[in-house]
Amino acid sequence: MSQMLLLGDEALAQGALDAGLSGCYAYPGTPSTEIMEYVQASAEAAGRGVHRQWSANEKSAMEEAIGMSYAGRRAMACMKHVGLNVAADGFVNSAVTGTHGGLLVAVADDPSMHSSQNEQDSRFYAGFAMVPCLEPASQQEAYDMARYGFDLSEAERVPVLLRLTTRLAHSRANVSRRPPRAPNAAGLPGDRRRYVLLPAIARENYAGLVARQDAFLQASENSPFHALSEGTDRSLGIVACGIAYNYLMEVYGTPEACPHPVLKMCQYPVPRTLLATLVESCERVLVLEEGAPMLEQMLHGPLGPRPQVLGRLSGHLPRTGELTPGAVAVALGLRPPPAPRPEEPLLRQRPPRLCEGCPHIFSYRALLEVIGDVGPGRVFGDIGCYTLGALPPFDAIDSCVDMGASISMAKGAADAGLAPAVAVIGDSTFTHSGLTPLLDAIWENANITVFILDNDTTGMTGGQDSVGKGKLEQICTGLGVPRDHVRVIVPSARNHEENVRVLREEICGHDGVSVVIARRECIQTLRRRSRAG
Amino acid sequence: MTNDIILAGVGGQGILTIAAIVGRAAMERGLNVKQSEVHGMAQRGGAVVAHLRLSTETIYSDLIAEGAADVVLGIEPMEALRQAPCLGPRGVLLANTEPIRNIPDYPDAEALVRRLRTLPRSVVLDAGAMAKEAGSSRAMNMVMLGALSPYLGVGEEDLRGTIVRAFAAKGDEVVQTNLRAFAAGKAAATRTW
Ligand SMILES: Cc1ncc(C[n+]2csc(CCOP(=O)(O)OP(=O)(O)O)c2C)c(N)n1
Ligand code: SF4
Repeated sequence: MSQMLLLGDEALAQGALDAGLSGCYAYPGTPSTEIMEYVQASAEAAGRGVHRQWSANEKSAMEEAIGMSYAGRRAMACMKHVGLNVAADGFVNSAVTGTHGGLLVAVADDPSMHSSQNEQDSRFYAGFAMVPCLEPASQQEAYDMARYGFDLSEAERVPVLLRLTTRLAHSRANVSRRPPRAPNAAGLPGDRRRYVLLPAIARENYAGLVARQDAFLQASENSPFHALSEGTDRSLGIVACGIAYNYLMEVYGTPEACPHPVLKMCQYPVPRTLLATLVESCERVLVLEEGAPMLEQMLHGPLGPRPQVLGRLSGHLPRTGELTPGAVAVALGLRPPPAPRPEEPLLRQRPPRLCEGCPHIFSYRALLEVIGDVGPGRVFGDIGCYTLGALPPFDAIDSCVDMGASISMAKGAADAGLAPAVAVIGDSTFTHSGLTPLLDAIWENANITVFILDNDTTGMTGGQDSVGKGKLEQICTGLGVPRDHVRVIVPSARNHEENVRVLREEICGHDGVSVVIARRECIQTLRRRSRAG
Repeated sequence: MTNDIILAGVGGQGILTIAAIVGRAAMERGLNVKQSEVHGMAQRGGAVVAHLRLSTETIYSDLIAEGAADVVLGIEPMEALRQAPCLGPRGVLLANTEPIRNIPDYPDAEALVRRLRTLPRSVVLDAGAMAKEAGSSRAMNMVMLGALSPYLGVGEEDLRGTIVRAFAAKGDEVVQTNLRAFAAGKAAATRTW
């Protein structure tokens, strides 16, 4: 079939559609966002009525996907790596219930933290939940693995984690499609009781999951995505996981040019026989893996380090950050470590910044004036475009930990006596994870002000609709914030004095929970809408 | 044949438009393509880089190896200078002179241009002015694409065809402006080293 030029994210989405996907469930997050966006833009998906609305957060996305799988259809939950922390409860327990319709959990990791708070490696989560994990080395494999993953999920009745990393997710390459296949008909699982994780049932399911580990291992041993190549120089063997294989090939040019035996590894659990074949025939082993040194650590064992195992832990590769062709060449001794670049006096840092005219700018200007009155160190921030308010010229927020943490941290700090405390949170982040900590604060009447920056969209990830659209006041009063302490302002230069007054009243003049909503549309989505007419 | 091109600019300048046109034209020609993009945090007016690789052979890495780029196409002068060390020994630097001064300590723009001119095999051009002359300053990226064209294994006709299709919906006037901008860029960058 035809060739397409697709991002890794898009290739996975197209692969899932062609494999009979019925529902895509996701919350946006770089570098995973384009999986759902591709399904949303797909005419086929529209024609077939594939579910493709954003969810409130990754936990609800994951559980909605579990529900669709229960009802017999193929479902995919998509998120960035830290999203899996949020979805972890549903994910780990879906391994215990097992699946009915195929269930893929697509997670995009962000080594080097291009747009993230950490570089956690989702392969650990697959091991933790005891489910199979797929790690494509190319966009074509991302496409192919969608179908393979659904088949594996349906054959083994287990969710399958598909791990992407930034470079694959956000790089385009030629992808060939296969003939699409029909989605499953809806239908109940034959043994519905396994979805009721009461201890007695859960114990039985769990024993079953443990017993099936051998089958998962067998599937991995026989995976079409691994490849073991012979080499003449057995002083060194190389294991290259997922995209790391590409950097190895880049260094040598072609598979034939590499003198060492190579195991390209793209599925977990670790294929033991294949790995043993390589390890036992070579004097030393170099492990190339994007993200954490997971496999390398296994080879060192708890009593390591073992001198015959080379990788990120041994210092042959950088311990943190993305791999590059250059880093792999250095590890192989084919290139000297990079010399520091000569100083270029005309270069300056150019960090990201809020767009010119962004409503957050006016929100921060007003807030800073009030914080000047009560003293610094009490503004708990959150995640979104507005996190850039931590940088000059604003220096306006004192924390950014995880989605929703602004409100919970403000409450904790107020509990400790740092009152008034202020939480600054975007509208999408608020509906993602802000409601439950706000309930805590209301329950205890904590002295905090929640400043919701409502730009009517999820700006940071490119402007997706936010599920709380138009309902924030009702949500806050419904949760129990007193009606006259839910205030709405319009962040603009013209309203500055008025906005300072409102913020001052709520932050300094009210002992208890208050909410100030700064409402004005993101200028990027505004521009896009006006261009579209 | 392999072309390894690094595109550098500032978030919002549209380096992905250039990369997409080249990528599409190359794929239609039957070449293998890899095009690594920048999304998320880095887009908000910060420095952005995209890697574009075209080849008749299998392309493995999504990233161009350090110090191995054939071309750095900088649509902003300071970003061009930042990426210049990625060039291989025979690499060509194509740089636009128009600065984006969105930081308080932006360096002296004339000094930047002088510095760029001292680099080996550099073509430094005022793509904004050339685009204006071609009919619209918004065609700046097409001037840069034209400047890139002599260094690509994709035929000029293929690129022009992709430009025509990319702008067809906006009318013939816009198409012609972009084609003129493309031609101006090409003329300015065609050199033998
Ligand atoms: C658990 C988790 N999921 C997703 C993300 C990615 N992400 C970062 S900010 C953000 C949303 C920002 O939207 P909003 O709160 O409305 O602020 P805005 O960017 O519009 O200012 C998302 C989805 C993340 N960092 N963590
Ligand atoms: S995208 Fe929207 S919310 Fe984000 S900085 Fe730009 S204007 Fe502000």
